[in-house]
Amino acid sequence: MLPLVFDRVSFAVNGKTIIDRVSMDITEGPRTVILGPNGAGKSVLMRLCHGLLAPTSGAITWRGAGSGRQRQAMVFQRPVMLRRSALANIAYGLKLSGVSRRERGLRARDVLEAVGLSGIADRPARVLSGGEQQRLALARAWALGPEVLFLDEPTANLDPGATRDIETLIGQIRAGGTKIVMTTHNLGQARRLGDEILFLHQGRLVERAPVDRFFTNPASAEAETFIRGELPWN
Amino acid sequence: MSEIIAAVAEASQMIARFDAAVVDIVLLSLRVSLTAVLFASLIGLPLGAVIAVGRFAGRRASIVLLNALMGLPPVVVGLFVYLMLSRAGPLGHFGILFTPAAMIVAQTILIAPIVAALSRQVIEDAWLEYREQLRSLGAGPARSALTLLWDTRFSLVTIVLAGFGRAAAEVGAVIIVGGNIDGVTRVMTTAIALETSKGDLPLALGLGIILITLVLTLNAAAYWVKEATQRRYG
Amino acid sequence: MELKRRKLLGIALGALTLVATPVARAQNFITVASTTSTEQSGLFKHILPVFRKKTGIEVRVVALGTGQALDMARRGDADVVFVHARSAEEKFIAEGYGVKRLPVMYNDFVLIGPKADPAKVAGGKDILEALRKVKSASAPFVSRGDRSGTHMAELALWKQSGIDIAADKGPWYRDTGQGMGPALNTASSMNGYILADRGTWISFRNRGDLAILVEGDKRLFNQYGVILVNPERHKHVKRGMGQAFIDWVVSPEGQRAIAGFKIGGEQLFFPNAGQEGA
Repeated sequence: MLPLVFDRVSFAVNGKTIIDRVSMDITEGPRTVILGPNGAGKSVLMRLCHGLLAPTSGAITWRGAGSGRQRQAMVFQRPVMLRRSALANIAYGLKLSGVSRRERGLRARDVLEAVGLSGIADRPARVLSGGEQQRLALARAWALGPEVLFLDEPTANLDPGATRDIETLIGQIRAGGTKIVMTTHNLGQARRLGDEILFLHQGRLVERAPVDRFFTNPASAEAETFIRGELPWN
Repeated sequence: MSEIIAAVAEASQMIARFDAAVVDIVLLSLRVSLTAVLFASLIGLPLGAVIAVGRFAGRRASIVLLNALMGLPPVVVGLFVYLMLSRAGPLGHFGILFTPAAMIVAQTILIAPIVAALSRQVIEDAWLEYREQLRSLGAGPARSALTLLWDTRFSLVTIVLAGFGRAAAEVGAVIIVGGNIDGVTRVMTTAIALETSKGDLPLALGLGIILITLVLTLNAAAYWVKEATQRRYG
Repeated sequence: MELKRRKLLGIALGALTLVATPVARAQNFITVASTTSTEQSGLFKHILPVFRKKTGIEVRVVALGTGQALDMARRGDADVVFVHARSAEEKFIAEGYGVKRLPVMYNDFVLIGPKADPAKVAGGKDILEALRKVKSASAPFVSRGDRSGTHMAELALWKQSGIDIAADKGPWYRDTGQGMGPALNTASSMNGYILADRGTWISFRNRGDLAILVEGDKRLFNQYGVILVNPERHKHVKRGMGQAFIDWVVSPEGQRAIAGFKIGGEQLFFPNAGQEGA
């Protein structure tokens, strides 16, 4: 499916521009982190990538071979679990993918074990802790065997312990060959998890660079302000 | 005052000894209203789900219409159904006027909008929470509607209980289409109306006590369902 | 999860059939449109089981006012009418909706009123005189106002007493549009006068301060008739069973059953099938 190509994509709501003529291509390989302050438009950009939103102008195309939505998955900032067991939540996603009933059960158990949640397989998913639910969300996405995994601020609501668990899991998923595209406003996380940084500021893609160069020698003023930890001038 | 006390005493005796006439009337009431609420739910729940999740011209108008239909006066529904089922009317050849079937039809018409309007509200609230995740997993509108129906099942149970309570307590519709025939279409509410008009207060009061007990039990059950399942399933 | 869902569906379908089947009942019944006076007095509860035991036919009585009962039959929603307003019944037959009118039984109307009797009619034997006194005293009077046999009889009596009640009624005349029972309730709560059939009065339990004040006048005679709804007009009318009911009700056995109905030792309805000019 990859590369995913954005050609002068804009997104506006009620006359307000949220994404401003972004052109980029997301390619196989490096872990892509979309970085920027709150309100930069990161979440909207992710939804455009995943196909949940349509651009108001410009074109988004998957230039590679392969079919549509099923080969990509997304984990949201707040996990949304169905009112059924943890195992059933994973099976639900697999069912929508057309996996057979027996296969579903096996795959779901496998992935639950991989994320360390085998013990709560039959627990109602909605009574799990925030960290457990987010791990479950990751497991659900992983079980689909996606080519690309989008993550929108996946640890923004979690404590450091849970955050570490999630970051480890992302690493495992990556190791299995899945492309990672993630947003965050957390500098430390960007440094830990990114290979390349796409810096978004007020809806514009201001800078794009390999992670080391971005942090040691940012090319744009906005990036520099952000890295220093200051609030951006508007 | 002494009259009321005497009536209550006689009524309690009637209930305690399972007076045959009273038992028949109560069983018929249950049969008619339970069947009506079953059909009303088969119509109203999917309808509510479709309107909640769907996007079509006139959606807002249908929501307004459904909410308005919740306030249909039972006696008007009774009159309408009577005119339809009368031998002089379009559906007369079925010959179900003055039978429990006609009462079920009338109560179904009365309750279906209630079930539809309330379930629409509940499902739409859930849809707001689930929408992006379901789309991300690849669920289309039909699949989403079914998933939401199952996920909101506990709230839907309380709605169905509310519908049954409304059916069991109404008199305007069943008295017109049923004819209050002794042993055939006499239910609790119509019997209370009849006995009151005859000035026979003990029997009317006895049935009234049973009816109120039924309604209170239903409401308690609905509350318990909400509470218990909230704790267990989240 | 699939198995659980299938079990639930099975239970639901089972419950559905269980509930729905009794609704389709036996077809061995007729529908009789009658009046509230016959139903509420308890007459039918007494005589219908006798008929059913003999013939196996279930009689379902829908109790409305005479006017409504005849309208219901005009629409074809009844097989037999059993009411008490001769002129309305004859009109019904003349219009072609009924086959033949047979007299069945009679009872009488009585003038009910408060024991305090502000219009001073108690003990009188002349109903027309009593009505005139009620009007001149402007005492509260409750009318059924529902085109029932009782209502039509009441209007006829006002007319006979020389009063144009439609034009001359004042606030003392309460036109309630209700059945006999509710109207009696209303009269009881406002201590008013009311014309009632004896049968309903005897079985009425909420009398308050009311009592029978005028009775026995021949003009208070109240005749009941039974008519088969015309099958030529409405093809679905259960002619055989309807006729069987009519035949029984005017037969010696049926007439005996009617006479045998008593409340507190008192007979309510007096059989007179076959009586000339009834």
